[in-house]
Amino acid sequence: MEIFGTWLAAFFTLGIISFLYRDNAWYKLCESIFVGISAGYWFVTLFWDNIHGLFWERITERHDYWLLIGASLGLMMLLRLIPPIGWISRWPLSFVVGATAGLYIINYFASNVMVQVENTLMPLFSAKFGDPLFSASPYSIVGNIVVAAGTFTGLVYFFFSKEHKGAFGGMAKIGIWTIMITFGASFGYTVMSRMSLLIGRMDFIFGDWLGLIR
Amino acid sequence: MRLTTALFLTLFLTMSAATAQEADSSLTVDSTFIAPPDVTPVMVKNLSARDNPNDAGGSILIKWDLSVDDIEGGKVTHYQILRAETSEGEFEEVGEVPSGNSQFIDNRADRGREFYYKVAAVNQRKQEGKLLWQVRSESALSGPVKSTAQWFDMRRLNVFVGMIILCGLIIIYINRAKSGKPIFIRKIAGLDAVEEAVGRATEMGKKIFFIPGISDMDNVQTLAGITILGKVAQMAAEYETWIEVPVSRSLVMVAAKEIVKEAYVKAGRPDAFHEDQVHYLTDDQFGYAAAIDGMFIREKPATVFFLGNFYAESLILAETGNSIGAIQIAGTGQQTQLPFFVAACDYTLIGEELFAASAYLSREPKLLGSLKGQDMGKAIILLALLAGIILESFNIFQLSQFFSVIE
Repeated sequence: MEIFGTWLAAFFTLGIISFLYRDNAWYKLCESIFVGISAGYWFVTLFWDNIHGLFWERITERHDYWLLIGASLGLMMLLRLIPPIGWISRWPLSFVVGATAGLYIINYFASNVMVQVENTLMPLFSAKFGDPLFSASPYSIVGNIVVAAGTFTGLVYFFFSKEHKGAFGGMAKIGIWTIMITFGASFGYTVMSRMSLLIGRMDFIFGDWLGLIR
Repeated sequence: MRLTTALFLTLFLTMSAATAQEADSSLTVDSTFIAPPDVTPVMVKNLSARDNPNDAGGSILIKWDLSVDDIEGGKVTHYQILRAETSEGEFEEVGEVPSGNSQFIDNRADRGREFYYKVAAVNQRKQEGKLLWQVRSESALSGPVKSTAQWFDMRRLNVFVGMIILCGLIIIYINRAKSGKPIFIRKIAGLDAVEEAVGRATEMGKKIFFIPGISDMDNVQTLAGITILGKVAQMAAEYETWIEVPVSRSLVMVAAKEIVKEAYVKAGRPDAFHEDQVHYLTDDQFGYAAAIDGMFIREKPATVFFLGNFYAESLILAETGNSIGAIQIAGTGQQTQLPFFVAACDYTLIGEELFAASAYLSREPKLLGSLKGQDMGKAIILLALLAGIILESFNIFQLSQFFSVIE
């Protein structure tokens, strides 16, 4: 059975990789099976995790009847299948969108604004507040200046209500350059990590399947 | 003399055995070892247990004064925290902390239920991972105590103040925009290209694909993406070009259907809308990517929009779109995926440009005012950065403490 599984995995791996050459019947078959099985798998997973695990078990075991409100919103969503009253499905949708925006605004503000500002507000010439001036190493000082200037000019670039002209435009230009350099580094780093995924698949093909790598 | 010695020996062994019985039941004590005399630590004092403040309930804060034997090389190796539901009930261990610590938070205290606590100062000896002996002395009882939820987490007051300032600015500028005062918005190349991209698909008589990412409706990037979808779908409806929206989440499908339908109504073409223009593929990340890749290759759309939250599938999708020569406009807040979109797409909306898009495309005063208000928030942050860095660099004042967020 294990051998059959390995052969099946190899069949699908090669089928998906065959897309690199061109679209073909093998890829189409693998794609359709992949999409179909994954959709079915997620349906079952979500059913057992959410409807059974988070709803039914909590209702029956913990008697957490507040969940019935959420369940009724879920049922309302299904009313779109009945065209005359399908408009009711907009209510839970509005609830989800509104609640999401409200809940996340605090988290985003805390993590993307407050924490970012706190981390950028640092002494340029010393390791921490209170240390003697110029006590940090030259490398640290240069690093601190780059971080502070990069954050400042990067933020200037994301100003939408002022035209990027003159000194302001110059700062915005430095900002976008900083962002692009960061993207370059990030690109290289991510490609490197994707290589490990490819190596993993190749290891499977040549090791587990063909047995050429021990 | 012999009798006296035998009696003392019997007494010593009996006491030692009794002490060993107090050992932690979760660990197996080697019965061949017994605790030497005078190793039992003095118990802790001033034990207090109270509701852990600034939380949603479910945790109790337990504090005590260290045992006098809790010194370097002393008789305390760690403290055990014991809990029971009644004062006479059986106490069970809910956690332990190493010596030198004088507080513990019990995060498994059900909200509204009363508990009693004790703390045991423990002295134990292990050898090669095996417990040789363990003795402990339990403190007096503290309780009953129950956890409750607080309305406000006062440690996060700075976040509240920041939000009030930001929301206040947004409201002020929305009102200004509504009163008719013009609001300038700088050019955003990626958004200026939207009409050109839709027009190109119309001229070529090919489809437009709109990919809203792989996240659900609880992600702001998805919300931003499907807001832009409304504008793009309206243009497509006006130009009589087919727009297709394959999605990976059922809620996104429902929302996107409503939006596209409304866009067709706004464009005066409700009859041209088809339910299957917005369709579900799979929740699976790479299953979704594989299906879209196949659709790209087979249907060769002229224009592709990637606007939403993307992960590792971003480059797979954008590269395939690039290989078929489609004009591609992408936008996401995922900084690890943006480089791939920059490399493979014609236009990329970087981070906040994605969120500014709906205001930019619609030019609605309410949205423009909101954008201006956010810009004013950024101006305050820039000033804080400038002032804070100068103040901290010259050891004048530590401004960063006001931005510290306690999770």
